[in-house]
Amino acid sequence: MSDSLYNRLGGEAAVDAAVDIFYRKVLADDRINEFFDGVDMDRQAAKQKAFLTMAFGGPNNYTGEDMRKGHAHLVARGLNDSHFDAVVENLGGTLKELGVSDELIGEVAAIAESTRNDVLGR
Amino acid sequence: MPKIVFEGQEYLAEDNETVLDCLIRHDVSVNYSCRAGVCQSCMMMMEEGTPSEASQKGLKDALRAQSYFLMCSFVAEEDIRISRPGKDFQGMETGVLALDKLSDDVLRVRLARPENYSYFPGQFLNLQNPDGVERSYSLASLPDDEDFLELHVRHIPGGKVSGWVHTALKTGDRVTISPATGDCFYTPGQPGQNLLLIGTGTGLAPLYGILRDALRQGHQGDIHLYHGSSVVEGLYLVDALKALDAAHANMHYHPCVSQGTPPAGIISGRADQKALEAIGKLDSWRIYLCGREDMVKSARQKAFLSGASLKDIYTDPFVPAVD
Repeated sequence: MSDSLYNRLGGEAAVDAAVDIFYRKVLADDRINEFFDGVDMDRQAAKQKAFLTMAFGGPNNYTGEDMRKGHAHLVARGLNDSHFDAVVENLGGTLKELGVSDELIGEVAAIAESTRNDVLGR
Repeated sequence: MPKIVFEGQEYLAEDNETVLDCLIRHDVSVNYSCRAGVCQSCMMMMEEGTPSEASQKGLKDALRAQSYFLMCSFVAEEDIRISRPGKDFQGMETGVLALDKLSDDVLRVRLARPENYSYFPGQFLNLQNPDGVERSYSLASLPDDEDFLELHVRHIPGGKVSGWVHTALKTGDRVTISPATGDCFYTPGQPGQNLLLIGTGTGLAPLYGILRDALRQGHQGDIHLYHGSSVVEGLYLVDALKALDAAHANMHYHPCVSQGTPPAGIISGRADQKALEAIGKLDSWRIYLCGREDMVKSARQKAFLSGASLKDIYTDPFVPAVD
């Protein structure tokens, strides 16, 4: 298993398949959807795609600093661990729906987990 | 502070100031209308500098490739040089063929179609009043069957363009229009897909074009048109739409009125709510949303949550002008 996680998941096609499902889950999740009130859906979908590409181990230019800057206004509105957990849960649910194995879901969750402190500004 | 060079002059932009705001602050005469990245009135070409993705949103690929961008959606981080759009993208003159009342406050404007004027039904153009103020109107006509351009113009209280259209414009007058643009139109290729068309007020204009275009191209899937108005008098083209409903087994017209108790045959309630309730799951549907901006935004989210893919939702939000 020398192939990268991104390729094992199916690369960009897998990300494209996941974006709609993931974004729909997030918007329907009352624990977190207030943070998405009034945002531009196209821009948000593009952000979701960038996030999923990163979480899938794909090519990305995210830095910890970007994560902090990008979420600071949400932290100010009360974004905390429980919200982060909800997003990771939706991510796992999305991959399950796409038939991804638990083992690979675990690898994706670990990448997402690595951004927790930056996202929450700690 | 970044410098904006335009027609031989230099203007300094403040922090977070859009190029459009900067030029307006310096009393430079430029076209603009919605200031929200939709109407494309403030499009310019960037000669030096790189347009952001947001400032090219909605522009055709050919325009993006030529560094066209929208001034209202671009904040310069470094010095840029810009120029007015080339001749191909500027306005052209045409004549008014006919003006007919569709309802108390909606006028049907038919303009002679300039030679080689290409468009898809549902796209929009900008119409200029004699003072050079522009507003966007959607095209309800069919380029292959009709030699005129049809717009539905609602009289907005205090409207600089709609007021002029309703009170001063006459048959035979010359007017200036822009090329057609926008991505809310029918595309063939999936004739079996079900279509849901929801429009409020003159949001019917693009939908009337899209609907007839789909039928003309032999669309096989179901086509549901929900047209909403607050009062019954605001519904228009009712007979024409009923006739299309009667003539095509797959076309279904649902007029809706949100205030009061409507007469028989008209649904009581908001068009977007009634449509989404009646149809339920929207997996694999294609959806067109035209009209009030708040309706378009909320219906888009609801349609997405009901299973429609974002790429299958086409929108034409009517953004009020702010000049």
